Amino acid sequence: MTYQLETAQNPEKLRRVAIDPVSRVEGHGKVTLLLDEQNKVHQVRLHIVEFRGFEKFIQGRPYWEVPVMVQRLCGICPVSHHLAASKALDIIVGARKLTPTAEKLRRLMHYGQMLQSHALHFFHLCSPDLLFGFDSDVTQRNIVGVAQAHPETARRGVLLRKFGQEVIRVTAGKRVHGTGAVPGGVNKSLTVAERDELLKDIYQIVQWSREAVHLIQKVHTQDPGLYNSFGIFRSNFMSLVGHGGDLDFYNGTLRARDDNGALIFDKLDDQKYQQVIEEEVRPWSYMKFPFFKALGKEHGWYKVGPLARVQNCDQISTPFAEHERRDFVDYAGGSPMHAPLAYHWTRMIEMLHAAEVIKELLHDDDLLLDDRMVTGARQMEGVGVIEAPRGTLFHHYQVDENDMVTMANLIVSTTNNNQAMNEAIRHVARRYLHGREITEGLLNHIEVAIRAFDPCLSCATHALGQMPLTVELLDAAGQPVHALSRS
Amino acid sequence: MNPTFELDGQAISFAEGQTILQAATTAGVYIPHLCYHPEFKPHGSCKLCTVKVNGRQTAACTMRAALGMKVESNCEEINAERRALTQMLFVEGNHFCPSCEKSGHCQLQATAYHLGMMSPHYDHFFPNRAVDASHPEFLLDFNRCILCSLCVRASRDVDGKNVFALSGRGIKTHLIVNARSGRLADTDFAATDKAAAVCPVGVILPKRQGFAVPIGERPYDKVAIGAATTVRAEEEAS
Repeated sequence: MTYQLETAQNPEKLRRVAIDPVSRVEGHGKVTLLLDEQNKVHQVRLHIVEFRGFEKFIQGRPYWEVPVMVQRLCGICPVSHHLAASKALDIIVGARKLTPTAEKLRRLMHYGQMLQSHALHFFHLCSPDLLFGFDSDVTQRNIVGVAQAHPETARRGVLLRKFGQEVIRVTAGKRVHGTGAVPGGVNKSLTVAERDELLKDIYQIVQWSREAVHLIQKVHTQDPGLYNSFGIFRSNFMSLVGHGGDLDFYNGTLRARDDNGALIFDKLDDQKYQQVIEEEVRPWSYMKFPFFKALGKEHGWYKVGPLARVQNCDQISTPFAEHERRDFVDYAGGSPMHAPLAYHWTRMIEMLHAAEVIKELLHDDDLLLDDRMVTGARQMEGVGVIEAPRGTLFHHYQVDENDMVTMANLIVSTTNNNQAMNEAIRHVARRYLHGREITEGLLNHIEVAIRAFDPCLSCATHALGQMPLTVELLDAAGQPVHALSRS
Repeated sequence: MNPTFELDGQAISFAEGQTILQAATTAGVYIPHLCYHPEFKPHGSCKLCTVKVNGRQTAACTMRAALGMKVESNCEEINAERRALTQMLFVEGNHFCPSCEKSGHCQLQATAYHLGMMSPHYDHFFPNRAVDASHPEFLLDFNRCILCSLCVRASRDVDGKNVFALSGRGIKTHLIVNARSGRLADTDFAATDKAAAVCPVGVILPKRQGFAVPIGERPYDKVAIGAATTVRAEEEAS
């Protein structure tokens, strides 16, 4: 399978420009461009250069260690891995339905994470591009610049994230890499003091989240020429959808739509994800390329994350976020919005929803109860799917009769967006770089497109096994003499 | 009135036959240790309780207290050596505290904190040790073994079963299970054995009980090792 601009015909004659590392994203990745003498773009690739290996070294470990171990994939949204693994292992310990207290505490933890991760991404990583311009002075284009020029915006970003981290701390024991969820439930309830401490600030957090939606909405709608077209590509999209079609980050069934919004599949039990999704390995990246089996590699790739979720659900259960969703859908004009920069707008709608759900949960006394654990008939296999800040996250485990993990398969959010990110940067390269003298500001356009997806590159390269590898022997003229490949 | 010896300038009274470590513990003074347990005969192998007695190094868990001894323990020279020993224990095994169920309840981890160990310092050995998950109720994770022999002593001296033993010599010393197959499932090990509850690290652990105690409520979250209350509690338990 070849995609436009993925592989140049005669790479040896081209000039290579690398953005290494891509800045203001989680993890380490790089972009390479191959240009000819007229600066025409022949090849654009987003490479993920980290190598992790979690799927391999989790094998042979006892299953109850897994939720605590796999969250080390990431320091930004470890809660996603912690909970996705816990959900998969709930199935294994026969806890298909948790106690209300356990489910609500996990949900609180997860929505706290959603809040902090989205705040981090929008305010710390992306607001410099959005507030100053993509090719503005590079010395100002960072969070320090934002703090100097827009101190209140920067302050809110910090405090929103801090609040989300506090929600995680009281539910998981630590702000990063806690132990709250265990197979079958959770290990602690909220105390009245912890709840009251969060309740003091939540109304302010909801208000700031509303204003954050309005900020990005204003930025987006003031420059539709840029924001509706930058890096645009059309694709399928997928997410979990909750009960009754609600936006739901913690639990639900899988729904996918095509680029026009027509359903591809719906109400698919997350335990059956392998019926619809397959992963392709390409020799030039550690990150796999997933696609819908029914549509094949060429047409089956898709995007996930806020832009997919907000347009995939039928409604949002909380009033302020639902109001903002409707505004967004109206702006999109009745068909799905595919512009990558619309990720920012939908991300802030999700942050508002997370804040509202946290507010609702903090008024629920179930959080204070001690009924935390469930067990049932032991199973050998389980799948946990969750909507992480960056998109749909799959954890799939098999456990033997001695309680040891024998198989682990993770499809992380950023991997789901792999082809989508590559398409976005190729579009940007064609539109902004093709035939022009390369400058730092122009290269930042590529990074802006990547950042829109909020990729987490450290998570995305978790696999270990038969590494795709190609070795080529070239003669002095650059002609291939011999090639060996393993895939 | 009991006779006394001097420990870091403090007079410590002792009963006839008590070791330096026992007398110090009774007096509420902590001397770091890993292979010592008040319920078992001293083993003297981890050397963490090394002190200087009248200028000469010896293990406080095996040396009997004597009238007028001058003992140095809590000084930078000895603590630096204890820290180095602890670092060696960490690199000789595979101690991944973040995902270890025993974290917060682990004597090795707590001792490392107490000694101010900030890094492993030495190159990791990364030994390849298999996990024995054969027993229906208990898991043996040999990756975390520090060869304290407490399980060996507990199984032999209290349980009367001889389930565990140390095999090999020097750097090749390792914990084995006394069964033809080498598997715990093929022994008469039981969850009620003393050996099931004595491991100071995370080798012998009950199955399916991971992370039930939240962070902040684990024993060493509440009271650091070496705090006087812990020492007294340990003494009371004996």
